[in-house]
Amino acid sequence: MKRFLILISAMLAVAPVAAIDTGKAFDDPELQARYDKMISEVRCLKCQNQSIKDSNVFLASDLRREIRRLIAEGKTDAEIQDFLVTRYGEFALYRPRTTGKTLILWIAPFLLVLFGVFAMFRILRHRMSMPIDDDAVKSGGAE
Amino acid sequence: MSRYVLPLVAVVTLIVFLVIGLTRGDPRALPSPFIGKPAPQFELPTLKDPSATVGSSDLAGQVVLVNVWATWCVQCRVEHQFLLDLASKGEIPIYGINWRDTRPEALRWLQQLGDPYVASGFDVDGVVGIDWGVYGAPESFLVSADGVVLFKQLGPLNRQIWERDFVPLIASSGAAQ
Repeated sequence: MKRFLILISAMLAVAPVAAIDTGKAFDDPELQARYDKMISEVRCLKCQNQSIKDSNVFLASDLRREIRRLIAEGKTDAEIQDFLVTRYGEFALYRPRTTGKTLILWIAPFLLVLFGVFAMFRILRHRMSMPIDDDAVKSGGAE
Repeated sequence: MSRYVLPLVAVVTLIVFLVIGLTRGDPRALPSPFIGKPAPQFELPTLKDPSATVGSSDLAGQVVLVNVWATWCVQCRVEHQFLLDLASKGEIPIYGINWRDTRPEALRWLQQLGDPYVASGFDVDGVVGIDWGVYGAPESFLVSADGVVLFKQLGPLNRQIWERDFVPLIASSGAAQ
């Protein structure tokens, strides 16, 4: 068991070495933090379901380079997102913006929860209004 | 009886969405945000002559096909014969964007397989590719005479796709002029 744990921790220790983009892009830690956050939230279009931070295809490295350039030019995060969306569509962003077409993505979960609560109330009210005897409870339970 | 209606509607709705989702074609294909919008401006050194350029001003005033290609792209080889066919019949001027390639290899490709392009821009670092929202070669853009993107084809072109998707757009674009 102890050996196993040592093996696992050794494997975990080398995992960061395999990370794609390890070099520092900026000296300024604030810019570096923005860059790190940005590239982990942009979809690699060629290797969908990976972020451009985790991918090594050249399109991902091209996009990282463009994002580095835009940050260095003093562009805001919103402007960089615009840059990506005008070229690749909302799909490029892992965290879709709360505007127009993507609004449904953000409110749908809450609507579904509301609907579920409403349905639950209806069912409970219906059951509470039923006469309490064994047969009714059984048929209610089978519903 | 009525208590079966709601679950039935729910299940049918779910099935309809599943069928739509499963029969939608290539799930990786993304709609281009440029359709109906002006094509991105670009200017690149040409493949054949680094001192010459090809760009938006060369496309202006004619319906053109902008084809993104590379020698490392297997599917580009598949569509190349059809591009040659289009060019030889004079159906449309084709401009190439040679994307993320090396000059010697790209030139050898054109020499060996034939050159359907009026000119090919040499986009060695992929900047123009990003501006055009390219994420996998081959991609082909149909651009109108006033510089609007009419259609984008992902993956290799062939006669069937051309007749179905491009020819009607070219006809209506010409009629609108």
